[in-house]
Amino acid sequence: MSPIHAKRGVQILHDILPALALAMLLAAVFWRQPRAMSYFGINLLLNLAIPLMFATMAQMMILAVSDLDLSIGPFVSLTASIGATLLPSRPELAVLAFALAVAAYALAGALIESRQLPSIVVTLGLSFVWLGCAVLLLPTPGGLAPEWLSSAMAYRTPWLPMPIWMALLAAVLGHFLVTRSAFGTLVRGLGGNPTAVARVGWSLIRVRAGVYALAGVFGVLSGLMLVGQTTSADPNIASRYTLVSIAAVILGGGKFVGGYVSPVGAVIGALTMTLAASFLTFLNIAPDWQVGMQGLILIMVLGLRAAIDRLERIA
Amino acid sequence: MKTSSAALSNFAKWQRWRAGRPWLGSCIAAVLAWAATVFTGQGHGSGELLTVALTFSAFTVLVSLGQMLVISVGPGNADLSIPSSIALSGAVAMLVMDGNNAMILPGILAAVLVGTMVGVFNFSLIRVLSIPPIIATLAGSLIVMSVAISIGRGLKIKPPPVFSDLMAMRLLGIPLLAVLALAVSVGIAIMLERTALGRSIEAVGQNDRAAGLAGLKVEATRFWAYVICAALAGLTGALISGFSGGNSLDQGQEYILLTIAVVVIGGTVVSGGAPSVPGIWSASMFMFLLVAMLNAAGAGPGLRMLLTGLIIIAVIVAASSPGKR
Repeated sequence: MSPIHAKRGVQILHDILPALALAMLLAAVFWRQPRAMSYFGINLLLNLAIPLMFATMAQMMILAVSDLDLSIGPFVSLTASIGATLLPSRPELAVLAFALAVAAYALAGALIESRQLPSIVVTLGLSFVWLGCAVLLLPTPGGLAPEWLSSAMAYRTPWLPMPIWMALLAAVLGHFLVTRSAFGTLVRGLGGNPTAVARVGWSLIRVRAGVYALAGVFGVLSGLMLVGQTTSADPNIASRYTLVSIAAVILGGGKFVGGYVSPVGAVIGALTMTLAASFLTFLNIAPDWQVGMQGLILIMVLGLRAAIDRLERIA
Repeated sequence: MKTSSAALSNFAKWQRWRAGRPWLGSCIAAVLAWAATVFTGQGHGSGELLTVALTFSAFTVLVSLGQMLVISVGPGNADLSIPSSIALSGAVAMLVMDGNNAMILPGILAAVLVGTMVGVFNFSLIRVLSIPPIIATLAGSLIVMSVAISIGRGLKIKPPPVFSDLMAMRLLGIPLLAVLALAVSVGIAIMLERTALGRSIEAVGQNDRAAGLAGLKVEATRFWAYVICAALAGLTGALISGFSGGNSLDQGQEYILLTIAVVVIGGTVVSGGAPSVPGIWSASMFMFLLVAMLNAAGAGPGLRMLLTGLIIIAVIVAASSPGKR
């Protein structure tokens, strides 16, 4: 094989690695539980990934500008809490609350850019703000999602189970938004070389605020889908999304700096993280090790990618 | 004309004085929070409040010092495994001590050893598998947490009585825990100022390429930062278990966000290379007194968190100067 071919082969391996990891996990589950290989089984297996996928999209927007969002988990919890309290009784107030939350996100983005603040700290502060608002709204777990939302999330989609449709939707949406659109190029440019973007004449404050606002919109979607599934909410319902969404983006091929993100990879990453958590139940191993399994799969995939990268450099 | 130029030079002096003291902002904020709490309590228990603040800040200081070292070795470095280390080392310490006064020291050593091992594990993930530190410590922490769950669940061992007493003891009104945390802080400060490792941590954090070309051992420096951080988390795990009458798996939960907040509010530069030990103390005290102040003002848990978040953002905005990250 010629060096160029070898290099291309390694590159392809690098790109399909997240999908390969997901396929292997699925294969392992189907091998242990052939009955899971059905419309109902897949639905059950990957249902929890639906809100996580959209939270991951939100995190991906932030990572694309080389920032980190430590508040997406509490934000999704807050929107879920709004969905279970205000949305059924006072829909107009709920819509206003969502708009305010997205505006707050945009404001945070503008603040980070204009004062050159570290995003970690600002979003850390925001995470307390979201959690505080959620606790004020819903002091004890409860509430009830509106009927239309829960029935929409329980809808039996034709041909393929809903998680697959949602994954396709999120991946296509993210792909066109981040990889194909002019705005996406600008976003990744801001992540990779902000000075160049500024020289061309764009307002960095506006771009960063726009990115954060989009992340907020994805967060609202995630919260609504989550509360539609669970029908009730609590202020900590999605707190683990913060770290899992970061892991999912990185698992899917994203990088912390430089504006490298892959929306399709991120969706696959979210599916993999969800499956990694429920995987052990299918193998009849003690639930104690469920979290550990997530960590192990993360390490294995990223370790493999590092090995492939090394191969790439040699080739 | 003359006065204005004098004022200007005074202002420049003040600016220079302030620039050398990144912890000043959090220090002022801590004093204000303390004063406000005492004011709402009509002056009662101002000393008592300080003592309690010192006790709880001692734990925060111990873990945050480690986080500070890790954050200081360069952009992208952070240790997210602190809660897991605290959970596991707390369980191990209680198992080793087994309520026996004679086993206190071995128990503490075992906890520190567990932390050290987590640190080595974290660093080997970062180095050998070249995984970004944030994800490596996150993945590592999930595995460590699983280990902690499997050995620590349902563990109901009380700490040895002498150990509990030591944790609650006061020397001349100052909690022993705070004295210990102060000793560790001074040790870390001397390490940073006077030893080759400390200077390397700052140099590597400022520019790892330059540090490498200057002949410093970049990876060895990072190794020690992660190991010291995890070892301190291990020590804290044992101390928290002793203080609260037994270990629990979520005893370290809050420290993941708290340590990052404390390090940054304390004036340590997030992109690395400029740690601030006094800032760890003032920010730890501030974070505790802030909650105390909001409590004293009668804020419920929701409002308290909301205001905490807003104040964190306000402090970081106030401490920032435009055009510098």
